[in-house]
Order: sequence, then structure tokens, then C-alpha cells
Amino acid sequence: MTHLDEEQLTLAYYREVEAESLCHLEECAECKARFDRIKTSLDNFPEYPAPEREDSYGRDVWLRLVPQLPVKNRRRWLSWWTMAPAFASLVAIAFLAGMLTQRSRQIPAISAEARERVLLMAMSDHLERSQILLVELAHMPAGDGELKTERALARDLVGENRLLRETARSTGDMSRAALLDDLERVLLAIANGGADDLNAIKERMQGNDLLFKVRVMSANTRQEGQKL
Amino acid sequence: MEWTDQVAAEEARKGDQRAFAALVERHSRSVFRLAFRMTGNEQDAEDLVQETFLKAYKQIHKFDNRSAFGTWIYRIAANCSLDLIRSRKNRKEQQASAADNDQTGWLEQVAAADPSPERLARSGQITSLLKQALDQLTDLERTAFILRHYEGRGIAEIARILDVEANAAKHSVFRAVQKLRRALQPVAEVAQ
Repeated sequence: MTHLDEEQLTLAYYREVEAESLCHLEECAECKARFDRIKTSLDNFPEYPAPEREDSYGRDVWLRLVPQLPVKNRRRWLSWWTMAPAFASLVAIAFLAGMLTQRSRQIPAISAEARERVLLMAMSDHLERSQILLVELAHMPAGDGELKTERALARDLVGENRLLRETARSTGDMSRAALLDDLERVLLAIANGGADDLNAIKERMQGNDLLFKVRVMSANTRQEGQKL
Repeated sequence: MEWTDQVAAEEARKGDQRAFAALVERHSRSVFRLAFRMTGNEQDAEDLVQETFLKAYKQIHKFDNRSAFGTWIYRIAANCSLDLIRSRKNRKEQQASAADNDQTGWLEQVAAADPSPERLARSGQITSLLKQALDQLTDLERTAFILRHYEGRGIAEIARILDVEANAAKHSVFRAVQKLRRALQPVAEVAQ
């Protein structure tokens, strides 16, 4: 076999040549010496690390993407994604909130840690769904429909929010209680308002950095729940 | 529900938003990594991630489920990145004076940018040298090299991503390596 040319030697570094060429490389000292020079050079190419992104990055990308999706599909997505888990969460929250606030000892099957974990995950889910709604509204242009879907969703979230807020307060978690308080006022405004109130709602959200706070609290709560 | 890429892509084509969300969640980090390495800028990379998935969402009906979704989304990301790089280059070229660059000039410039080992040892400068060198490659060379050297993709997949023959992908990687070896010679000397 004839000697390998520079292209073959370079591609051999990446194991992108035929087996025959690799065999030749092992047997031919001349080609091996030339290959070693290329290998040393490529081994010493600088690293090109990309900044790290957290595990939740994909979800954040999706949340930022939702407002840019074509409106019809966006609304359809908003309704299934946010409404479906709401009922299940509500039941779980009501059950756990009752157990936590009344200090019931009649159901020993679930440990305190497990109860807290489920509650934190339910809280995180609630905050995420609220976040989706807030992102949707923040990016919605004025006069874009009657907000029917958003109002229905806000009504569902208000009930859930109230339970969570009371639970947080009764367990002494005042920072979460305060945030849920702020969130509830905005949710009520969305639930009871019309399309004309969109600007007022946006101003209220921006005024107290609500979206940012909800995002941070949601991530922290989920992390806390996962650690338990 | 845990989706495989194939099932999620199929469901997304039928209009299932959950399926598309699952694909976004799964592939965002790798798309970001590729976009960053293509552009060398974090904010650009963030914007490109959004643009890539928005395009994918609008074109999901064109996705042929016989190929991998990862390859398809990489193709979109690479093209979006190249579009951005080209538009930046055009703007720069319009602004630059005619005497600024010629094909031999850039190699000399990069190679002799600052050969002192102390300064080259600084990683920021090395990265900057690498970015300068990458900027001088053709679109095909740059993308093929990044996909092969930094992303570890095989030639067959690179060919699919770039929509070229395998041999063209191989040549592009080789030409990129040749140019970069010359440009990065000072770094290699320091490292040895």
C-alpha cells in the first residue's frame, strides 16, 4: 500500500478512514511519524468550552418560546399544559395542607418529609403554571383577543394559590406566603378583568418584578423538593 | 410521560405541543453549545437557540422521521448560526478598508498575533486567537470542523447536517485542520 497522504492522516486522527489505512499506519514507521506530528498538533488545539447551562435550561427555552408561537397553537398549548395538572394539584394540595395545618397524626403512612416534598413539588408546579400565564400575558400585544383562555386559567390558579398561601403562612414560610399574596392579586385581576385591563395587569407585574420573583421561587422550590 | 425523539417528533408533527416541548427540553443545551461555538458569543447563542426552535416548530411538518431529530435540529441551528455569521461578516466587510485583509495576510496576522509564551498562556487570548482563526474558515469548513472536533459528530452525520456528500465533509474538516494548525502554531509551541 502506498503511504497515506496528509488528508488521510488527519482523518485517521478522527478515526474517519478505512480499516486498511489504519492497519498501514500501525505498520509503516514513516506514516506513523507524520501521523504523530498531526496528532500532537490536534491534541494541543485549545479547548473551546461553551458556558454551562442548568438542567432547567430546556424548560426555560420553552417558556421563552411559547409567546413567539403562532397564536392559535399557543392558546391550545396554554390550555392543556396548564389546566390538566391543576385539578390533580388542587386535590393533592388540599389533602396535604389539611394534614400539615391540623397536625393530624391519624395517617402515619406518609412521613413528614414525604408530605413536605409533595407539597413543595405541588407549589413548584403551581408557580410554573403561573409563570407560563404571566409570560404569555407579558408578551401579548394590546387588543389581542378577549383573554378568555387566560382568564379561565387564572380562575383555576387563584383557588390553588389561596390554598398554598394559607398553608405557607400556617407553616411559618412567610417569604413564600408574601410572594403568593402578590401573585394572587395579579391572578385575581386577570380572572376578573377584560382585554382592556391588559396594560394595567402588565404594569402591575412589572412594578413588583413579579415574573422574576415567581421564576426564582419556582426554581428554588423545585430544587428544595428534589433534595428531600 | 417519557418520549423518545422519534415518538415526540411524530406527535409534534400531528400538532401535539407537549411532544414539541419535550424535544425543546431535551435538545436545548446541545443546540446552545453548537450555537455558542459557531458564533463565539453567549447572547448570540441564546438568540439562536430561540430562532432554531421557532423555525423547527414552524417546519415540523417537513421533518422526515426516518432521520434523527437531533441531526435535523442541528442542521437548522448550524444554518441559523451561519446566517448570523454571514450577515455580521458582510457588515464588517462593508466597513473595513480594502487593504485590511487578504488570504495570506490573515494567517500571518493570526500566527504572529503575539507569540510570547507568557501572554499566549492566558486562556482568554488563546480563545480569542481560536475565534479569529475560525472566523477565517469558509462556512463549510468552520461548521464541519466544529461538529467533528468539538462536538464529536461522525462524518456521516456531519454530511447529513450540512446536506453534502461524505467526501465533501471530509475535505472540509481536513482543510479546516490545515488552516487552523498554521494559525494556532504559536499556541501549539507553548503547549509542547
